[in-house]
Amino acid sequence: MNPVDGLHRPGDSPLHRLRPQVKIVGLVAFTCAIAATPREAVWAFGIHAAILAGLFALARVPAGWVVTRSLVESPFLVLALAFPFMVEGPAVHIGVLTVSEPGLWAGWNLLAKATLGVWAALLLAATTPVAGVLAGLSRLRCPEILLQITAFAIRYAHLTVAEVTQMRLARLARCDDPRFLWQAGALARSLGTVFIRSFERGERVWQAMAARGYTGRLPLEVGPAPASARQWSTAMAVPLAAAALAAWTAATL
Amino acid sequence: MEDLALHIPTDVIDGPTSLGFALIAVLAVGWCTVAARRGLDERLVPLAGLATAFIFAAQMLNFPIAAGVSGHLLGGALAAALLGPWLGALCVTVVIAIQALLFADGAVTALGLNVVNMALIATFTAYGVLALALKVLPRTRWGLGAAVFAAAIVSVVAASAGFVLQFWLGGEEVGQSLGAMAVAILGTHVLVGIGEAVITAGAVTAVAVARPDLVHALRGTPLARPAATLPSKDAA
Repeated sequence: MNPVDGLHRPGDSPLHRLRPQVKIVGLVAFTCAIAATPREAVWAFGIHAAILAGLFALARVPAGWVVTRSLVESPFLVLALAFPFMVEGPAVHIGVLTVSEPGLWAGWNLLAKATLGVWAALLLAATTPVAGVLAGLSRLRCPEILLQITAFAIRYAHLTVAEVTQMRLARLARCDDPRFLWQAGALARSLGTVFIRSFERGERVWQAMAARGYTGRLPLEVGPAPASARQWSTAMAVPLAAAALAAWTAATL
Repeated sequence: MEDLALHIPTDVIDGPTSLGFALIAVLAVGWCTVAARRGLDERLVPLAGLATAFIFAAQMLNFPIAAGVSGHLLGGALAAALLGPWLGALCVTVVIAIQALLFADGAVTALGLNVVNMALIATFTAYGVLALALKVLPRTRWGLGAAVFAAAIVSVVAASAGFVLQFWLGGEEVGQSLGAMAVAILGTHVLVGIGEAVITAGAVTAVAVARPDLVHALRGTPLARPAATLPSKDAA
């Protein structure tokens, strides 16, 4: 993964043009709606997934990309598979396996909600450049100091990552054979070196900033652009629909 | 070093618990910002930014452990030893937020839970253990290494215990097997912690030998045997 660009896929769809603050609020609202949907309403998750699939199509994000990136949640899928054997309750028989019924529901719940949550987050990550996410968070009153640290971290992450890669290449070029546990010593020492270089670079950057009149605030007078009421209402319709679905299924079940 | 397993996805923990921990995270991170700024004032942004970039790079350093399994660092103990608890927790928080928003790793609704486990619990327990151990152990390379080693193991296990606590408060009802699950999770993370500890201890001692002033845990005093370029025979 490239820390400078995140998972952003450049494009010019309506979702790409939507203001980032709207997308962030939409993501949080949609994720809450997914979480609030009762697990027994299996078809409701189908509708949630269809909504997301439609949005991915609108943003022209290929399905293969979404599936590959969803693997990030795979460790929790192990937990989802373990639930039917762990949870106590009335047993059901599936073929040769005897599993608990509440456990099956719990596993399904985790699987469905984690996958949909990752898809919703991928939609934001794919359609919004890093600077856009930061601008959106700034519109949403996220503390400026945290955003500045994040911006610096993202800007310099490619340098530190490149340094780690370079050091590994240098070791390989000198006949190092990194394997299993024996690589730990060299790895640890190169991390130490990268830390010293990063910290020293930080001091140099600060001195350069101080020389240009930096006093603890970035002299930015131009704030990120606000979103129009029309953008808000159009975009919020999606999580609202999902929330309505969650509320309706919760009431009828 | 299976770091991904700790990034909690959507609705593993219920709403009220997530919200409660989000509140704790906001308050604690706010306090960390204030405390870190007190130490660094206007140098905070560039130095914390570069330190965060370093933690990011350290986490991206995937290394093969066995066939098909690769691991990477959590970085809580590394951040605590090198940067101190306040700045360290702040940097790890930023890394977790970047991973949730830009890489879809961990749900946005679980951000508070993840920050409490990996940034706050891991960093602060690591710093506590480190401070205690350095009072007892000699201030040599090996003493520092052993202290960091212990701190890293405890921090990883404490972070996973944080998850077990959250799961107990607002997770799925698993009846009596919650105890078994807790044992399984904590047990696995002891192993994970040993891997983390080897790398962290090596990295911190490497910095301590070259630039002892940059290791926050040493509080500005160099090691007892300064700048030994070759490992000394009597130190073992």
